[in-house]
Amino acid sequence: MSIFDYFLSKKPKSASLAKERLQVIVAHERGARKAPKYLPKMQQEIIEVIKKYIAIDDSQVSVKLDNNNNHSILELNVSLSKK
Amino acid sequence: MAEIIVVTSGKGGVGKTTTSAAIGSGLAIRGHKTVVIDFDVGLRNLDLIMGCERRVVYDFVNVLNKEAKLNQALIKDKRNENLFILPASQTRDKDALTQDGVKNILDELSKTFDYIICDSPAGIEKGAQMALYFADQAIVVTNPEVSSVRDSDRILGILQSKSLRAEQGDEPVKEHLLLTRYNPGRVADGEMLSVKDVEEILVIPLLGVIPESEAVLKASNQGEPVIFDEGADAGYAYKDAVSRLLGEVIEFRFIEQEKKGFLKRLLGAR
Repeated sequence: MSIFDYFLSKKPKSASLAKERLQVIVAHERGARKAPKYLPKMQQEIIEVIKKYIAIDDSQVSVKLDNNNNHSILELNVSLSKK
Repeated sequence: MAEIIVVTSGKGGVGKTTTSAAIGSGLAIRGHKTVVIDFDVGLRNLDLIMGCERRVVYDFVNVLNKEAKLNQALIKDKRNENLFILPASQTRDKDALTQDGVKNILDELSKTFDYIICDSPAGIEKGAQMALYFADQAIVVTNPEVSSVRDSDRILGILQSKSLRAEQGDEPVKEHLLLTRYNPGRVADGEMLSVKDVEEILVIPLLGVIPESEAVLKASNQGEPVIFDEGADAGYAYKDAVSRLLGEVIEFRFIEQEKKGFLKRLLGAR
């Protein structure tokens, strides 16, 4: 780090922090709004099926639906913890 | 056919009623016959802001229940002959509003008015949904502050899914961002979200930026919409917003920090 950086580097201002936090939460909430109503129930049922075979808890599964212009992608992520 | 414009925000206290009064008055000043409707049933306040609280005899809910004629409930503004107010009921609650009842009133007003301004209550419950349901355009009033921006995004979602236009698959409600209580000095210090920040998050066209101003409290104290205050910065900012609403292209004012003169700086004046 040069001496200039030392004088120029400032703590991030609160407004930029506000913007960052808002961008994250707003994107998240928009995604949830657009999701079809069946998604939470489907997610729960998928988890139940996996649970029959593997010991997991709900937090290890994430279901995401992305919409592009001409197609949608249903993404299912199951993270398995190492024994 | 009148153009129906809802003034909404989700969050309370951001300036919906101040904005409804100012924009309604501004449209009337520009020669358009305008009525401002208070949808905040149970917490009527538009009458106070517009200075006609002692002239309220009948209200929105009386007309809805056919206890009074629309003409009996409409209050003609004393400053401008194009301007009318339809006050909310103070004694009922929001369940008094029905979709059919509201539609009938809006249809009747549509015959004689150019603009109908719907002053929405805070929240996303029935009152707010009723205020925005029939809207052609929406003015989303937002403060440069996290909770207000988030709630504005929420209300945009409701406009896009629960309005009549959304339900019928018509052309969507035209959305406008109105940023209020803006303090350019704090923005320059990096302590307040900037116009650009809020635009980037909400991604809707900017209608106006109203600076944080002493004139707004003074206006509500006097019951005179701030747009009538010649010389007030907030008044000019609202006039600009009205012009943009009417399709004019106008440069934004009051978004840069005022440069302090040498003397002011010396005296430490703000």
